[in-house]
Amino acid sequence: MKQSLIYLSVFALGVLLAIPGIIPVYFIENDISKWILFTLLFFVGIQIGASRNILKVVKSVGLKIILVPVATTIGTFVGAITISFILNERSVTDCLSVGAGFAYYSLSSIIITEYRGAELGTIALLANIIREFFVLLLAPWMVKYFGNLAPICGGGATTMDTTLPIISKYSGSDFVIIALFHGIIIDFSVPIWVSFFLSFK
Amino acid sequence: MLSIFLFILSGVLVGYLIRKRTFVKHVSSIISVIIVLLLFFLGVAVGANRQIVESFANIGLDAFAIAFATTTGSVLCAWFVYNRFFKEKKKTP
Repeated sequence: MKQSLIYLSVFALGVLLAIPGIIPVYFIENDISKWILFTLLFFVGIQIGASRNILKVVKSVGLKIILVPVATTIGTFVGAITISFILNERSVTDCLSVGAGFAYYSLSSIIITEYRGAELGTIALLANIIREFFVLLLAPWMVKYFGNLAPICGGGATTMDTTLPIISKYSGSDFVIIALFHGIIIDFSVPIWVSFFLSFK
Repeated sequence: MLSIFLFILSGVLVGYLIRKRTFVKHVSSIISVIIVLLLFFLGVAVGANRQIVESFANIGLDAFAIAFATTTGSVLCAWFVYNRFFKEKKKTP
């Protein structure tokens, strides 16, 4: 929660400084941000390569644990396709690439901005932050009506960090391992899915 | 788009090779710093774009709609998987 507020304030600061033209536009209209993005992806890769224990977790819960990130992915994509018919201005692949952020708003919005521009990038940032807040605020209600896995699938990539405490509280500590595994898998799939959907024009 | 995969894959390879070094512990802070920088750039790009500033209410509404639809889809799939594959096991402690 604290981290998302920091990110949102930094974004808002950029907006407020740019509206009156305090920061010149040429500051962002160059290749620097692209290379910073590549550096970011490289470090995200390091995090993936250095993480262990995934196989151990699969063994302790059983193979059915794989169904949890699969459910998240299918549900999100069906939801994104459905809403694209209601939002006339947004194409199916635009909605899918925003949805494929799975609440990992920082990385998804940055990649989308680089390849589709700031408008869809901002939608990705807001949509994925809102998704995280849905889980933070509605987790007890989700568990009550849709079972213990609901806040995990709802939380997407955040279930390994920001939403983990609330999942542990309402789904129970038995589900912490599932939430961690799920978060890691979804986290790693975000840049792959986002760039996949962006490759369709 | 290929460059995205290449940078992640080379990172995975390096990460695997240095997974036992203490440097790995600092990676998440490095990532946070880069993200702060890039989100600031995104903010500047949005603020400098009059079209986006003027349609911000619409953008926010679209974002909310996508967030609602994707979260609902995932929660419903979670409900199905929970009832079908996880519930029985919980009843027998």
